[in-house]
Amino acid sequence: MDKFISSVSPHITSKRTTQNIMLDVIIALVPAGIASVIIFGLRALLVIGVCVLVCVLSEFVFNLICKKENTIKDLSAVVTGLLLAYNLPVSIPIWQAVIGNFFAIIVVKQLFGGIGQNFANPAITARIFMLVAFSTSMTNWTMGDTATVATPLKVMSTGDMNSLPSYLDMFLGVRGGCLGETCTLALLLGGIYLLVRRVISWHTPVAFIGTVFVMSFILDKQPVYQIMSGGLLIGAFFMATDYATTPVTKWGKIIFGVGCGLITILIRFWGTLPEGVSYSILLMNIFTPYISKITRSKPLTGGKKK
Amino acid sequence: MRLSGVKLKHRKHTSDCVPQRLPVPEYVVIPMAMHIGKPANPIVKVGQRVTVGQLIGEAEGFVSSPVYSSVSGKVKKISTVTVYGGMKTQAVEIETDGLQEVCETVKPPVVNDFDSFVKAIKDSGITGLGGAGFPTFIKIGVKDISMAKAVIINSAECEPYITSDTRTMLDKADYIFKGIDLVQKYLEPNDVIIGIENNKKSSIAKMKEMAQTRANVQVKVLPAIYPQGGEKVLVYNTIGKIIPKGGLPIDVGAIVINCTTLAAIAEYIETGMPLVEKCVTVDGSAVAEPKNVIAPIGTPIKDLFDFCSGFTTDPKKVLYGGPMMGIAVPSLEAPVLKMTNAVIAMDEKDAKLPKPTACINCGECVNHCPLKLDPRNISKAYKLNLVEDLKDLCADLCMECGCCSYVCPANRPIVQNNKLAKAKLNEYLREQKAKEDK
Repeated sequence: MDKFISSVSPHITSKRTTQNIMLDVIIALVPAGIASVIIFGLRALLVIGVCVLVCVLSEFVFNLICKKENTIKDLSAVVTGLLLAYNLPVSIPIWQAVIGNFFAIIVVKQLFGGIGQNFANPAITARIFMLVAFSTSMTNWTMGDTATVATPLKVMSTGDMNSLPSYLDMFLGVRGGCLGETCTLALLLGGIYLLVRRVISWHTPVAFIGTVFVMSFILDKQPVYQIMSGGLLIGAFFMATDYATTPVTKWGKIIFGVGCGLITILIRFWGTLPEGVSYSILLMNIFTPYISKITRSKPLTGGKKK
Repeated sequence: MRLSGVKLKHRKHTSDCVPQRLPVPEYVVIPMAMHIGKPANPIVKVGQRVTVGQLIGEAEGFVSSPVYSSVSGKVKKISTVTVYGGMKTQAVEIETDGLQEVCETVKPPVVNDFDSFVKAIKDSGITGLGGAGFPTFIKIGVKDISMAKAVIINSAECEPYITSDTRTMLDKADYIFKGIDLVQKYLEPNDVIIGIENNKKSSIAKMKEMAQTRANVQVKVLPAIYPQGGEKVLVYNTIGKIIPKGGLPIDVGAIVINCTTLAAIAEYIETGMPLVEKCVTVDGSAVAEPKNVIAPIGTPIKDLFDFCSGFTTDPKKVLYGGPMMGIAVPSLEAPVLKMTNAVIAMDEKDAKLPKPTACINCGECVNHCPLKLDPRNISKAYKLNLVEDLKDLCADLCMECGCCSYVCPANRPIVQNNKLAKAKLNEYLREQKAKEDK
């Protein structure tokens, strides 16, 4: 009987695990998924399903080939699949979605060492890769029917303010755009869930959304519209808060969020592209190590010894 | 500024259990190293009869503490044992005769000034009873006692399960306050502050009631956030000052004494009986009837568990102390030590910790470190052998409270790495210093 487990303290641990953090993110993404099916039709479900499946399979096979411990149980691949799906138009050809998700998991995540090691957000980087590789189908916005619509940001960039969707439509997400980015209500619900569950802290989303709001207010560019359009909310709540690719301390998160907001504004108002959230997050991902360095918490070393 | 920490399940099942005295055990094994510093030197011979309170180990060198027999009986053998931390030391095994005859040397010491007060504490064999085991006379015997502006009585008891300090406050409140009288008389601090976590309602009431009868004694109720009883945290939360790195509370004008330690000092000065027994909380998921037990020092912990009706299921891990900073023992033969305030036996479910997975960079460890360290990067620097980075990251400031490992969703051994990093850094700093001295 005297064979006890010997280990160094602590001997208890919190219930929180990587898996249940990822599960919380998945739960938080459910409302936006439901909204996408209502707004864009059943094909949304197909796209989401394919994306998640490809991500999980890619990770599974990669780990198998590399003889690494299998990590699909941590559910992070599911989150990447969902996020990338939510950043695609409903009409995306399935083979393109497959390539995009394969790219996200293999090139952006696994080749850099897997979960926690990648310096750029897999879903965002893959989306940008797809924007470049499949630019036509990635900017083909259709609603439930087959008629092509322009996104609100595209409409605004042409200066035609009268054909913009109403605030209510914007809030409910009845507008052209990517699958999971349009429904403000669903994204807010998900964001609040993540905040309540303490999966994310308020610093990044508030700094990000706040910067876009304030800047577009100053520039007189319809601030309420700005924060409800494009991928701002899904970006601010779900992608700019990615652990691996963003700073850890609160000041780091605030700098990160403000940086994202400023780059988004720059691209939206002065760039040639109508939308800049993805690029802003990717660019700030690259700055993350430097932001982390300058915002590192200062150990409480006290004064001098007497 | 508020210091971080973690909220733990208190599991203070035994706070209402009045300590019960263990029947005299068959034998005791008393190690000569139950304190930080040099082990004591055994002065008894095999076959010799000893009595309760008789000196059996002389303090060796300055940082050391004498050891007394906790029972009356015959010295059976003097052997080498491995005490916690892996250190080998001599231990005196005594076969008891059940008489508990008290040694004639046990008589109240003469205390009439600061020096005799410190000497009495030294002779009492009392070390930090909160768990640290630092010889108390060194803490009190600071060079310039006028630096001591505040004496902080550490009654936080922030570790789950443990209630022995809670019981001291309820059952030995008189001795705590006699201790406070002594401290006020000989150390002359401006303030005496009793720091208690807010989950000990009856102890707080008792201490507050007693404090009214004294001048300049206040009870400070603190939030029940681990590690509230950590010296640096407690000092900051009571007098608002941060102990400098590598320094002691006296560097910010404070002396911190655990409440049980203080009561033991007062008891020794009144009765002359040195530290020979301890109140130990016996608890954990494998224990049938958790209790507080008063046991002679050196009692094998199996006797304590037997006294608590044994185990409901096979224990898989047994600890000295609480689950956050406690030390796993290899067998139930391990003796009760001076600083043992609890023994915890965990069942299989509690004993097995989940396997570590990859760091996801969530920052929980950084955000929960009471001393604002960056445990994640300390681990990285340690793995990469970057000693200069460890120095910049102040790895040696870590008090090993374990909040980082506790909160880690990837269950990574962060504080465990930190301990190794500290050792590596300290070695490096010693080498640097040796080079400079040349």
